Amino acid sequence: MLSRTADHLYWMARYTERAENLARLLDVSYQMSLVPQSVASQNENWRAILALNSLEAAFALVYNEVNVENVLRFMVSDPSNPSSIYSCLRAARENAHAVRGTLTAEMWESVNATWIELRQQNFEHILARGVSEFFDWVKLRSAVTRGVTFGTMLKDDALHFIRLGGLLERGDNTARILDMQYHILRQNDDEGASDFYRWGALLRSLSAFQVYRKVYRDAITPGRVAELLILRMDMPRSLHACADGIVRMLQLIANGASAETERQAGVLHARLHFARIDDVLAGGLHEYLTDFMDRIYELGDGISRDFLIPG
Amino acid sequence: MLVSCRPNLVVSIMNADFYNEMYDSAGTLRPHYSAFAEWLAGMPPERLERKRAEADTAFHRVGITFAVYGEESGTERLIPFDIIPRIIPAAEWQALQAGLWQRVKALNAFLHDIYHEQAILRAGVIPSEQVLNNTQFRREMMGVDVPSGIYAHIAGVDIVRAGAGESYVLEDNLRVPSGVSYMIEDRKMMMRLFPELFSRHLIAPVQHYPDMLLENLRTVAPKGVADPTVVLLTPGAYNSAYFEHTFLAQQMGVELVEGRDLFVKDETVFMRTTQGPQRVDVIYRRLDDDFLDPQVFNKDSMLGVPGLLAAYRAGHVTLANAIGTGVADDKSIYPYVPEMIRFYLGEEPKLNNVPTWMLRKPDDLQYVLAHLPELVVKEVHGAGGYGMLVGPASTHAEIEDFRARILAAPEKYIAQPTLALSNCPTFVDAGIAPRHLDLRPFVLSGKRGIGMVPGGLTRVALREGSLVVNSSQGGGTKDTWVLEN
Repeated sequence: MLSRTADHLYWMARYTERAENLARLLDVSYQMSLVPQSVASQNENWRAILALNSLEAAFALVYNEVNVENVLRFMVSDPSNPSSIYSCLRAARENAHAVRGTLTAEMWESVNATWIELRQQNFEHILARGVSEFFDWVKLRSAVTRGVTFGTMLKDDALHFIRLGGLLERGDNTARILDMQYHILRQNDDEGASDFYRWGALLRSLSAFQVYRKVYRDAITPGRVAELLILRMDMPRSLHACADGIVRMLQLIANGASAETERQAGVLHARLHFARIDDVLAGGLHEYLTDFMDRIYELGDGISRDFLIPG
Repeated sequence: MLVSCRPNLVVSIMNADFYNEMYDSAGTLRPHYSAFAEWLAGMPPERLERKRAEADTAFHRVGITFAVYGEESGTERLIPFDIIPRIIPAAEWQALQAGLWQRVKALNAFLHDIYHEQAILRAGVIPSEQVLNNTQFRREMMGVDVPSGIYAHIAGVDIVRAGAGESYVLEDNLRVPSGVSYMIEDRKMMMRLFPELFSRHLIAPVQHYPDMLLENLRTVAPKGVADPTVVLLTPGAYNSAYFEHTFLAQQMGVELVEGRDLFVKDETVFMRTTQGPQRVDVIYRRLDDDFLDPQVFNKDSMLGVPGLLAAYRAGHVTLANAIGTGVADDKSIYPYVPEMIRFYLGEEPKLNNVPTWMLRKPDDLQYVLAHLPELVVKEVHGAGGYGMLVGPASTHAEIEDFRARILAAPEKYIAQPTLALSNCPTFVDAGIAPRHLDLRPFVLSGKRGIGMVPGGLTRVALREGSLVVNSSQGGGTKDTWVLEN
């Protein structure tokens, strides 16, 4: 297929997935902010969200103060913020529009309908109805688009590039959410009972709460949460599951130039496949996750070079 | 004249000043509309209203829109679809088709001639400077042999009916004519909304147009290419006709490419794919000449492919339409088309030309300046209904403004009488009322000759009294039925 077409499909999937995970991240942060705590520590959490996306400077240009409402407004519906949910869904739709002939009619209609519905809601509506309802809507729209994709598309390279983009983004985003929340939670280690709610919120944000109960049938501990979200192969949003999918997609689309990228993906996968959570935690979770995100970034670079924007 | 057979719905059926496609001058239904009129009379107005809403929703959801230049960038608008079809009887179509074939054949012969021997110029049929000094004349094409001698593979010829119903060719679009996707989508919509109409009539099908187009493009591949790779070259998602580009590429099953997807190496065109470079043999380009190759034409074009002209001249790739066809559909050349038909084919033209004053001629200029309120004045190089004056519909100030523009550069303008365009009953906000329309059939030329699907795009001016049917100027479309005997 055309490299540019593959590029649009890949980024359409990345932006759709990014919007979904941003909704997940903001939702968990919002839920956690409802747990009793000082205003200062609450605002610290919101500052962390900006830092996570390297958006402090851009935010400061428009808003005077870091607080719940400002950060939500900036991250949900500010068109000037390229990382807002609004901007991600716009980018997803623009990429889809550029290759709508490659998409099935249902896929295009799904992506287009998301965009049309998004434009009908301004931030005041969203606040008035409750932000969680909006985050649920974003997740649902992402699920609909994904379902329509798998349910209607021919299993050819177009689908493989869509899946590859989604998996790469999801791996990165899970690592990001875990990194940030784990850091905050470890700082608050001494707050006792509220921890249960915080870990619960983190798990729920990654649709992992029930999964956790099913897998461990035991109290929620940081180590197990990390294991579930990093190493469990059967957990669909875990780093391991994402790396596994990336390797399979790369095998399907391989060309004469992609051997090195395949090798890197294989190494990343093997490291997750054979890791033990105790070793991961002993080396420092933050360091581990940062390294993972760097490798995902490099894989993205390799994919661009080998397939999407060949020189 | 008001025909009030169904007072709730019908504003007026007729305007006696114009030829009506559905009724004759006495207000009697024309026979080819009788089955439709009977059906319409039996339709409850609520159902029609519901069907119209259904059509709107469906067009929106599928995203059959076009971008409007001069509005906020990326503005997409729906082209209004009218549910009353334009019906053409079989015999009338036969005559029209014969005229179109004749005309397009002559235009292709003209293009071949002016880029080779220039016999028509040497014979003095057309003044040489009109062709050679025309900005659309591409010197780069001199002596270049294109496959089968075809230049205008796809022609969209605009036909209007005026006066007592006689047909005129308004314009020969030989560069990148658009609109064929609406012809097909309008038919699909009509069949979806009112399937019962299709069992009451024998309506010639048009949906196989993309197959014919692909077949046509494959026949003009460079010599020696057994299984040619065809692509459609688009300027991109912000082009007003982007919907059509995606539609046709998808229907033909060919890649929709932008300039940056292609590159030229060893005078051969390749596209960048995820499996490496792949050779391209035929480019159905929906990009104007000026933007095709920044090495030769517009240096600033980001849309084209450097080196494309060299590959083309070497015969390693076919462009459809060929480079340089604009000189044949230019409004300053249009008045000579009947002469071309006589010169190349030795036949009398079967279709009428609209009488045209060329304002570069002092006598014509003088006449036109004295009669501006009655005439239509057009820019020689204009298109899409932009930059024209419709005298009878303009204010005194608009006319005077245009007069100044003409005087500044008379050679840039032509003028024609304001044609009393035919009209056809059309759904408007107030009910059903007559509106003016035209017809753009699409003529395909290839190695195996000329072909077309029976039908075309009918455009209708939705504003009362308006004669401008272009979608960019608020025009709508109708399904066009050619009846089979």
